[in-house]
Amino acid sequence: MKAISLLAESRNAAGSFDVQRVREDFPILKLKVHGKPLVYLDNGATGQKPQCVIDALNAYYSAENSNIHRGVHYLSERATAAYEAAREKIRGFINARSEKEIIFVRGTTEAINLVAQCYGRSSLRAGDEIVVSAMEHHSNIVPWQILCEQIGARLRVIPINHDGEIVLEEYHRLFNSRTKLISLTHVSNALGTIAPVKEMIATAHEHSVPVLLDGAQAVPHLRVDMQDLGCDFYAFSGHKLFGPTGVGVLYGRAELLEKMPPYQGGGDMISLVTFEKTHYNVLPYKFEAGTPHIAGGIGLGAAIDYLSGLNWQQLAAHEHKLLSYATERLADIDGVRIIGTAKEKAGVLSFVLENVHAHDVGTILDQEGVAVRAGHHCAMPVMQRFGVPATTRASFAFYNTIEEVDALARAIYRVRKVFG
Amino acid sequence: MSDLDDLYQEVILDHNKSPRNYRAMADANRKAEGYNPLCGDHVTVYLHLDNGVIRDVSFQGSGCAISKASASLMTAELKGKSEAAAEELFENVHKMLTGAADDGGEKVGKLKILSGVCKFPARVKCASLAWHTVNAALHGDSQPATTE
Repeated sequence: MKAISLLAESRNAAGSFDVQRVREDFPILKLKVHGKPLVYLDNGATGQKPQCVIDALNAYYSAENSNIHRGVHYLSERATAAYEAAREKIRGFINARSEKEIIFVRGTTEAINLVAQCYGRSSLRAGDEIVVSAMEHHSNIVPWQILCEQIGARLRVIPINHDGEIVLEEYHRLFNSRTKLISLTHVSNALGTIAPVKEMIATAHEHSVPVLLDGAQAVPHLRVDMQDLGCDFYAFSGHKLFGPTGVGVLYGRAELLEKMPPYQGGGDMISLVTFEKTHYNVLPYKFEAGTPHIAGGIGLGAAIDYLSGLNWQQLAAHEHKLLSYATERLADIDGVRIIGTAKEKAGVLSFVLENVHAHDVGTILDQEGVAVRAGHHCAMPVMQRFGVPATTRASFAFYNTIEEVDALARAIYRVRKVFG
Repeated sequence: MSDLDDLYQEVILDHNKSPRNYRAMADANRKAEGYNPLCGDHVTVYLHLDNGVIRDVSFQGSGCAISKASASLMTAELKGKSEAAAEELFENVHKMLTGAADDGGEKVGKLKILSGVCKFPARVKCASLAWHTVNAALHGDSQPATTE
């Protein structure tokens, strides 16, 4: 009897993700669009918000709103405590050593720009090389190009193969004495490829080169652990993690952050100001000039509380099932070519439909209630690599269902019908 | 007719499939490029102007059905028109596409077929790209036209 109950228990732990239950937590998923139930498959652009996040924003503005780190009054203390509690939740979520290593920013883009300007300008010189991959979002290309122009550094690119996987031999070959920084996407927004980041970080560290990971598309799908990954910087956005827009996180190893000059000057980032000299505040405040997005930080903390309550093993299995099923369904449709066929993928299914431009696909899908992204996904070099002007991208979250994949497939058949 | 059928009418699908005047022009005396930074669509418009009259007009580029059909229809309509008439047409088409025409776009002739676009705000820029580009060519702008 004992053996049976244990078996039942382990089955339960590995059991299926209750997707209908979690859908109840997201009010927007009940919407109808053009008279059809909303099928939201644009999670790579932004995630929907659970009621608890919406409530946290409302509660903050209704009963806590005040500026932080300065008032001695009741509300300011409440707001400061709530904002700093959110920082601690984020620290725990990504397993950083200290909350000093958690810097609030506007989003992934600002986080990468901060590292480019503060670390790059102080630690790199003319002729030094920065390495990115061929599957980066523009926000992990352009900040480095700006830095290269400013200091005369050079941007090198690790190629990807036809499945959209990083060519590791080429990566190893790029290292030389001038290689000073690696900046990589953890999960590609246009292809869904999960980069072999642990192995790549180990290689970089053998050469004493620090690594930044763009985790915008990784954190909604994978548990990320700073101690396990061993990266030097990690950037992600709150809004893709089911939190509010306008807030994001830069994780940086304290010893690197300590050496970096501030990003912007202003209030909150100082300890003492005279007209002769200014002393900067300690970490993480040195990088947080001005009044931050307080409600956003608190909302992101609420999103992390929500995510921490989910069984991530089940969640990952559910997302894997969604992506495999969607890949099979779409591969069955005449004229569909899937862009991004890496062995390790998360959350994203990009495709082109023969003789139909992605925008036309997107418009017709929308009429069926199916929300997808159509275009270059801010990754024009990826489009060039695959020789397509644009793709249609369905991107999944844990609240999506198998029935929604069927709705996507039906809508694509409708596109075929319109275009004959 | 549904909004979607209104957008993807037979004529538009036909111009998408077999665009008219889709070629580079060796003896063009005006040329302009247009980009839609939002989606990466691009178009090159070639003009042969003679005494203020558009003797020939052609285009090349990549884009969705709406942008291709709009460019194709545009070239068919502009051939033989004076610069002034072309500019007037540009204004009227723009009004129709953005839903600002009081008369629902009666002044644009065959281009009325594109009027369904105004119900799809996200697609207005697709339809207007070629028009912005030809406008730039007529004004001899050296910067590429954009829909922004």
